[in-house]
Amino acid sequence: MNIGNQQQFLQHQNLNEERQSGIVKKFLYINRRAPHGTNYAQEGLEVALIGAAFDQEVAMAYLDDGVFQLKSGQDTRAIGTKNFSATYRALGDYDVKRVYVERESLERRGLSEDDLMSLVYEDEDDDWEEKPLIHVVSASEMQRIISESDVLLNF
Amino acid sequence: MKFAVLVNEGPYTHQASDSAFQFTRAALELGHQVIRVFFYHDGVNNGTRLTTPPQDDRHIPNRWSELAREHELDLVVCVAAAQRRGVVDEEEQKRNGKDANNIADGFRISGLGQLIEAGIQADRLVTFGD
Repeated sequence: MNIGNQQQFLQHQNLNEERQSGIVKKFLYINRRAPHGTNYAQEGLEVALIGAAFDQEVAMAYLDDGVFQLKSGQDTRAIGTKNFSATYRALGDYDVKRVYVERESLERRGLSEDDLMSLVYEDEDDDWEEKPLIHVVSASEMQRIISESDVLLNF
Repeated sequence: MKFAVLVNEGPYTHQASDSAFQFTRAALELGHQVIRVFFYHDGVNNGTRLTTPPQDDRHIPNRWSELAREHELDLVVCVAAAQRRGVVDEEEQKRNGKDANNIADGFRISGLGQLIEAGIQADRLVTFGD
């Protein structure tokens, strides 16, 4: 787990104990910004990972410049900021099973699914088989996914 | 209606911080419930009592503090975002060995779980950001 210091981990454990029982809502984290340049992406990812401990349905959406967040081979050494991109691999471990990437946003930026990092989760209902986390969807599918969600958090 | 409010931008730089305040005050005046206001990203800077704007301008942290006093509003500053930006209460001061604290009256520092919990409990989570 590479999401921060030990204190944050302890905090995360506390939240586990406090988690709500009963209500299950569909949380969708919408990421529209490039990974570097501002810290919205990094702090947005932190919310999603903490939120996954709450027994809610959690999905991630990447559109506009947000698709760059999942680009493989990120290297921040030249700008001297923290390269947190490896943290996206933790999404699968945190029970996030759906990561949607908008096809039109990829295409407009000259990207395809092959340019993205490979994210997987282990499916407990299927003998822990590793399955891909990323689903590339059209803008209209994305629209449906957004409208079917209960709580939207934009970063 | 049960609202929760998320403030993602700092004071004086971005209108999001003003709009969040005005929305919260209006909702309370109309008899709605605001179960929590959560400050994240640069929004944590709304919660420092050391802010000293010119006298002819609004005092954003004080305005929140007063609203919290009047309505027993729960103003929560994210601990991880606050640590990065130097927003500190007494407990954080001790734990991190700092020589001062600056949290404004009516604000408290807590974890991101408070945001998720607010999202679960509220009918609407309203975000004010860029």
